[in-house]
Amino acid sequence: MRHSTMLRIGPVGFRVGSDWRAPVAALEALYRNYPKPQDGIPDFSVRLFAARPWRRFVRSAVHIGGDFVIPDAAPLPLAQGLLAAEMGMNLQMALGQRRYLLLHASGVEKDGKALLMTGESGAGKSTLAALLMARGWRLLGDEFVLIDPVTGHAHGFPRLISLKNEAIGVMAREAPGGRWGPLLEGTPKGTIRHLVPDARAIAAMDQPAVPALLLFPNFGFEAAAREVPPSECFVRLTQASTNYVSLAETGFDALTRFVRAVPARAIDYPDTASAVALVERLWGELA
Amino acid sequence: MSGALLARALREPQSVEALDGAGWTALLAAARAEQLIGSLAWRVDGLAMPDAARRVLADARAAVEQGRLAALWEAEMARRALASSGMPVVLLKGTAFVAAGLAAGMGRQIGDLDILVPRERIEEAETALLAAGWEWVKPDPYDDEYYRRWMHELPPLIHRERDRMIDVHHTILPLTAKVTPDATALIESRVALENGLYVLPPEGMVVHAAAHLFADGDLQGGLRNLWDIHCLTDEFGGAEFDERLAVCAARHGLTREVARAVRLSGALFGDGDAVTLVDRLYIRRLLARDGWGQPTRKLTEQAFYLRGHWLRMPPLMLAKHLWTKWRKGYRPAG
Repeated sequence: MRHSTMLRIGPVGFRVGSDWRAPVAALEALYRNYPKPQDGIPDFSVRLFAARPWRRFVRSAVHIGGDFVIPDAAPLPLAQGLLAAEMGMNLQMALGQRRYLLLHASGVEKDGKALLMTGESGAGKSTLAALLMARGWRLLGDEFVLIDPVTGHAHGFPRLISLKNEAIGVMAREAPGGRWGPLLEGTPKGTIRHLVPDARAIAAMDQPAVPALLLFPNFGFEAAAREVPPSECFVRLTQASTNYVSLAETGFDALTRFVRAVPARAIDYPDTASAVALVERLWGELA
Repeated sequence: MSGALLARALREPQSVEALDGAGWTALLAAARAEQLIGSLAWRVDGLAMPDAARRVLADARAAVEQGRLAALWEAEMARRALASSGMPVVLLKGTAFVAAGLAAGMGRQIGDLDILVPRERIEEAETALLAAGWEWVKPDPYDDEYYRRWMHELPPLIHRERDRMIDVHHTILPLTAKVTPDATALIESRVALENGLYVLPPEGMVVHAAAHLFADGDLQGGLRNLWDIHCLTDEFGGAEFDERLAVCAARHGLTREVARAVRLSGALFGDGDAVTLVDRLYIRRLLARDGWGQPTRKLTEQAFYLRGHWLRMPPLMLAKHLWTKWRKGYRPAG
């Protein structure tokens, strides 16, 4: 590949190669305080490439490839090259990660204990994690939390926080002085802007935490909390894990242990202020 | 070139001890791209290596072990679906290697389930599998018609609950190919497993792998095919086996292909057999991967793509087929 860079997010090393300079330059700028993969050997490679040589220059379309790929994934315009790189790394995790049970969840840590939040896209898990980070929690990650099947501990994966649409303005107010990527408009998920996790999240990214509370947030309703029993929690998390099936028995054991040990609540919230108040109240009661 | 790096690591596992971070990165990328990372993990197990490489290989071993269990289960599901028909079901390729406990199955990545059944009973097999939850994959009527008229297998079926594919073969080469293996003789040569399923004898496995590699296709995944052949000839090798292999190859009209397969696997993974000039061209194609595991040498690749099709069907039919596929937007990989 013409251009490439390496970086490590939590326990996972990546190599990202690109036919264009811009996506690699954006990654290097935003991930500049992140370590390199251990021993110089990445776990996964991502490739951003032009399908035909001339498409590097004419109507550039960034195709996402790598060790693990989805056939026929739609390419992105070059202006969204950073998003393509992030999607490529997520894809490697979703399809190729075997060492940890992968939960599609955001997470924050306090006193060595982890609060995890999972839900459909748009439920607000990235925004809530970023808000809690701005209020002194240590960010574990806004997209994936990695559960070690041996210890049951939650490992962080603090990649760039991917904020969408209204959440971008909310966080610009809540975290003034944050480092941001470029504003990406017209992406498949609307407007996206990446916020760099704070220095503490990056410095402590190798420290796992003990899962203590799981929330299923739901934006747009009156503030409320409902207990989620382990059985329901189990079923919902099988849906929220991209590698539960491929890990087979290991995945089943890790998830069973998780839902037995960790209390879970479904929460509704009308706005961010009440969400944060609700989360901190539940944390005080349960964790 | 990472293809050569991979072949060397499989041939001489100790060679990996000299690799630096960049060398390991290229090796692992090539091994993933060739679907040989599980085999590599077994080969280099216990050698000195960086922790990061050890972790990636440990993950690969866990993945192929899970894949082995899933493949055996899938074979059992097919056995149950076809049991009442009483027809012999012969496992092929990866599933056969692990079901028979062969060295070729160590670390072998297994995708679809491939089975061979008698041609006169293939419709019966199709009906039984459809009744047991398998469904058609190909929505395209041209492809479906093409498979049924000209291919050596049914259009692929996928199980609606387990999401696993099955390829039901009635012979080992397309009906359009110049060579016509004797499918009846292959099925008659079958070896029974304890569970009621069958596999080909080792010489039949080598002949099938060689047929797949040289008489049908563009050498895509060829390195893994040759590794299979190397493991089989290594495990069963000897004068008596060579004799049986020669007889088997001759019966199916694949003497040249089998000889080439044995030479190439020896050159790449064994004691460095003498190769011909044409063999060198094959090796060039087989090892053409860059440090990202990507195919290089596009021209050689395109040439082999055309060659694969040339062998697969007569010229006029080929022209029609390529034209239809082109109109539908298909392009050779790469």
